[in-house]
Amino acid sequence: MLLIYCPYCEEERSELEFRNGGDAHIARPTNIAEISDEEFEAYFFLRDNPKGVIYERWRHIHGCGRFFNAARDTVSDRFITTYKAGEPKPDLDVEPKTPETVETYEALEGAAQ
Amino acid sequence: MTGVNRISGAGRLTPARTARFTFDGRTLTALEGDTVASALIANDIHLVGRSFKYHRPRGILSAGAEEPNALLDVSRDAARRQPNVRATVQEVFDGMKVSSQNRWPSLAFDVGGFNDLLSPFFAAGFYYKTFMWPKAAWHKLYEPFIRRAAGLGVAPTEPDPDHYASRYVHCDVLVIGAGVAGLAAALAAAKAGAKVILCDEQPEVGGALHYDSGTVIDGKPGYDWAQATGRALAAMGNVTLLTRTTAFGYYNHNFVGLVERVTDHLAAVDKTLPRERVWQVRAKKVILANGAIERHMVFANNDRPGIMLASAARTYLNHFGVAVGKKVGVYAAHDSAYEAAFDLKRAGVAVAAIVDCRERPGDAVLAQARELGIEVLAAHSVVNTTGKLRITSINVARNGGGTTRKIAVDALLVSAGWTPSVHLFSQSRGKVKFDAATERFLPGTYAQECLSVGACNGTDDLQATIDEALAAGELAARAAGAEGGAQVALTGRNAFDWTGGMHGAAEGAGADTTVKAFIDFQHDVCAKDIRLAVREGMHSIEHIKRFTTNGMASDQGKLSNMHGLAIAAEALGKEIPAVGLTTFRQPYTPVTFGAIVSHSRGSLFDPARKTPIHAWEEAHGAEFEDVGNWKRAWFYPKAGENMHEAVARECRTVREVAGVFDASTLGKIEVVGPDAAKFLNLMYTNAWDNLKPGRCRYGIMLRDDGFIYDDGVVGRLAEDRFHVTTTTGGAPRVLHHMEDYLQTEFPHLNVWLTSTTEQWAVIAVQGPKAREIIAPLVEGIDLSNEAFPHMSVAEGRICGVPTRLFRMSFTGELGFEVNVPADYGQAVWEAIWARAEPMGACAYGTETMHVLRAEKGYIIVGQDTDGTVTPDDAGLNWAVSKKKPDFVGIRGMRRPDLVKDGRKQLVGLLTKDPKVVLEEGAQIVADPNEPKPMTMLGHVTSSYWSPNCGRSIALAVVAGGRARLGETLYVPMADRTIAVEVSDMVFFDKEGGRLHG
Amino acid sequence: MADQAIASRKAPLAGRRGGSPAAILTPAEPASRISVRAAADAVAGLSAALGVTLPVRPKTSASSGRRHALWLGPGEWLVIDEDGADLMAAAASSGTVHSAVDVSHRNTAVIVSGPGAEVAINSGCPQDLSLALFPVGACSRTIFGKAEIVLLRTAEDTFRVECWRSFSPFVFGLLSEGAEDAGH
Repeated sequence: MLLIYCPYCEEERSELEFRNGGDAHIARPTNIAEISDEEFEAYFFLRDNPKGVIYERWRHIHGCGRFFNAARDTVSDRFITTYKAGEPKPDLDVEPKTPETVETYEALEGAAQ
Repeated sequence: MTGVNRISGAGRLTPARTARFTFDGRTLTALEGDTVASALIANDIHLVGRSFKYHRPRGILSAGAEEPNALLDVSRDAARRQPNVRATVQEVFDGMKVSSQNRWPSLAFDVGGFNDLLSPFFAAGFYYKTFMWPKAAWHKLYEPFIRRAAGLGVAPTEPDPDHYASRYVHCDVLVIGAGVAGLAAALAAAKAGAKVILCDEQPEVGGALHYDSGTVIDGKPGYDWAQATGRALAAMGNVTLLTRTTAFGYYNHNFVGLVERVTDHLAAVDKTLPRERVWQVRAKKVILANGAIERHMVFANNDRPGIMLASAARTYLNHFGVAVGKKVGVYAAHDSAYEAAFDLKRAGVAVAAIVDCRERPGDAVLAQARELGIEVLAAHSVVNTTGKLRITSINVARNGGGTTRKIAVDALLVSAGWTPSVHLFSQSRGKVKFDAATERFLPGTYAQECLSVGACNGTDDLQATIDEALAAGELAARAAGAEGGAQVALTGRNAFDWTGGMHGAAEGAGADTTVKAFIDFQHDVCAKDIRLAVREGMHSIEHIKRFTTNGMASDQGKLSNMHGLAIAAEALGKEIPAVGLTTFRQPYTPVTFGAIVSHSRGSLFDPARKTPIHAWEEAHGAEFEDVGNWKRAWFYPKAGENMHEAVARECRTVREVAGVFDASTLGKIEVVGPDAAKFLNLMYTNAWDNLKPGRCRYGIMLRDDGFIYDDGVVGRLAEDRFHVTTTTGGAPRVLHHMEDYLQTEFPHLNVWLTSTTEQWAVIAVQGPKAREIIAPLVEGIDLSNEAFPHMSVAEGRICGVPTRLFRMSFTGELGFEVNVPADYGQAVWEAIWARAEPMGACAYGTETMHVLRAEKGYIIVGQDTDGTVTPDDAGLNWAVSKKKPDFVGIRGMRRPDLVKDGRKQLVGLLTKDPKVVLEEGAQIVADPNEPKPMTMLGHVTSSYWSPNCGRSIALAVVAGGRARLGETLYVPMADRTIAVEVSDMVFFDKEGGRLHG
Repeated sequence: MADQAIASRKAPLAGRRGGSPAAILTPAEPASRISVRAAADAVAGLSAALGVTLPVRPKTSASSGRRHALWLGPGEWLVIDEDGADLMAAAASSGTVHSAVDVSHRNTAVIVSGPGAEVAINSGCPQDLSLALFPVGACSRTIFGKAEIVLLRTAEDTFRVECWRSFSPFVFGLLSEGAEDAGH
């Protein structure tokens, strides 16, 4: 179970108090009624699913109730940072992390091919 | 006498304290503190089970949690029975009943044993290959047969009468394992002032010191030091010492699950105690002191009862005072096994020989063996064994061939060396590394805030273990913020330093052989099965594991993994690290369902939400239905009425007189602030600026994809205050959805949202006499049509308490919804009922509500819509503002696919035969004679018998539905085809005049 | 209407008693409660009007007699008056831009008291309730099993557990099991 630092409560809390809110930094177009089908598709439907660092939204739904953003490594589940909603995407000096996994199936699959 | 093999003066149990238990019906005597395994061996019983696949006789292999063979059925009474209990872990209590498993008719004569004779047909992968055809036979024939033949124990049939507890707990340092390393680490951390939890799966602390003899720590015999240290730790206010407690899972962010066995060892159980208690620990630092697990030797027929790990034999002797045989042999590739021979010899047990496959055993143990007069056969191997139900002899040969020598034994102690327990480290997602010098996997890269110390870290020397553990304990405490205390120093020495170890098949079980040399006892996997898997093309250890099922039994390969890996590496012609280790998963040892479920059973499984009026409804005979977690009154049958009759009566009564309905579960959100109307403009399709205070409007909420998400009536109480209602089931997600947009897309708006679902009890009074019923109770609101028309809201008082009174209707009748603070709900309901009942009105439930609204064509979001329905599809375009520049869904609902012709639209359906009631979900076609697959035009979303129309009515989504009014379509069912006519959605009072009555 | 009896009040946990010597459970008396929402510039005015300082630090509360203001989130407070005073009127008199919503009947509360109170609550609540991290006066909205609660520590061995009324039988039931286990 994850331990998540809420930037509003200024404390780490159990994952049980939170709800994930999908990708962060996808702004709803202010002229949404006018955008093209392609632009709407990009805004609403298309998402990356990277192995490594992702920026995602969380809501401290059973805590302070606030939405905030997090940078999390999807391989290790390590939170690199969390920050308040509306703050800019932090310029993180982290490589998309795919640590050596000598003993895991994933690595062996590659070797076996 | 507590067993013929009990040696007087040996062991640490108290001879006077006995306990009686039965094994397969035979009454046996044990000592308090015995495990089932030690008690059975004390009574000279080694044969305890039959193997999984071949039904071979099996004995007790270990003295700990790694036991693969000795799985027994243990019961306290009829309901308290548990299968697959490891005899080496379960403590004996007076009165317990123990039975062997997986045998018929008896343990000594098992019909399933023919599988062993047929074993050439039972090679690895046999099941996958053989039972593939015919497909239908799998469920009916093969699987039940295989399950019966290859089953473990039998699950209990009665409900579990015990209860289980769970608690969250936080600490600075969690130390897992209370052997030398764990005790030293905990001591250092505790002295530094950290809040420490120390857990160990055994009944007492001490770990490997249980079997040890000759170790001295801090001037005391090792075991005595451990107990003294355990007592000292338990007495410290900042330490929680948990014995009989297994750390079963290491999860994200230092979250570790422990399960404490509270009553399983007690003869008389205090019923207030939980049987087990789960500790959900969040630790700042974790110290892993899990120790190491001894490996068996892999050779022909290495599974006979009486063959066991050398350290286990030492545990039975040194801790339980039990000799595992009268004439024992030893077969080893590691020095540690010699100490078992020494201890047994000193206790008066004959040691036939030590067979050591190595050229050069350790000098110190060789010298000691010579001194004790024990024959050592170095560079020799055990190439076979005999003995049907217990080992009787071993065949020994010099490595490389030559004559074999038969040596009679009644027990054989084996050791191929020690495997560091990296299970929890691996679960923490740490990466192991292969230490080539000692040929073992050790903790490499750490992924979490933990440290490994002692044997699980590959530290062999006792003083080095102590020093490493003390340093780790203090380091962890300091890192967690502890600042107090003095440093701890300890010295220790052991009798012998150990060398040696091997992996894989020993002499005589090599690549060119077909002997049964078991690596995984519980799943009957032999060395040759691994080689077969490689020959059949499995090159990844993960594939080999699944093909052979090596390591997939309930012991999760604690003994077999390294052997399997080494044999696979040899067959593949690779080094061990190049083949790789499978990833360890939680749980470390099996966890009971009871512990996992813990408090979440019965009424605590899920909250049963009841309205403030629930008690009245119950007292008046309501049947209830579940709506989300809510219990809602469904219908109120009178004596002799079935559901259909009750609903028909309620439906008629509401339209003829009036009905009273509990609508308290309706979601309610109070939207307050200067920008409240602006916000609602964005959240709903409708326009809200022009809604005057005191008026209500039906609103539709979309998601940004343009599909209907929720609906409800919104009342404006003041310029800056709206009372929003949502569907019962939608309340939490609608609030979340609104908060999402408010906080992240429209944060500039000055408006706030508060859930008031439970603040208000809501009593709907609907029907021609609704006004007459409530009028005398209401103060401060003029209920006349002129002052308070349909879709009005006002604040006043009813029965002397505050109310928000709505004039609205979900029935098509004159209606009011009386909101009162929830604590007053029942009293106000009773006051209304006292007026309604004499007038001939009824109380009605959700079923009648559904019928009445369907008669009027009012949709239910989630029933008539399914997340792919637009406002236009639902015929609700009138509720979509054409003037607003923006609202959630405005762009999505204009997507090409959402505006094209032929979309499924909500319409009414009237069956040609008015008595036929359609099934909800039934498909609709145009041509009933079209060959399958037929072209499906849509499906029935709502369908009822309408007492007020005197016929069946239905709502449905139909492709191009509104253009088909009057058309005949068909609903094909299994037994007949039903003709229907497409109609509009309003079946009753099409002009809607009754609303304004 | 004058001849009508005034409707009587029925609290959701009326009549319940429970717990163990380690943690005694008592349903709290009815109280008035409002949910207050406001931006930072309204805090002083609201505090003055309500007669209790709205705290701005996370996880803190302020009390004035039997009136308590609990920080639940940025710009969000739960104000409780144990004497049932009209908090809505008080907030309205502040003259600030804010939202005040009466939730007196939405919430109910259980008082958990005794040396095992922490353990009883930790049967379903994942927060660290040690005095160092959750001192007297600390408060938090959090989770308790499958129910959302608001916790307020009123004394070293006493907590007020607020929850929505329909969840209160569940909360009381789980607290009872936790209280039982806390005694062992």
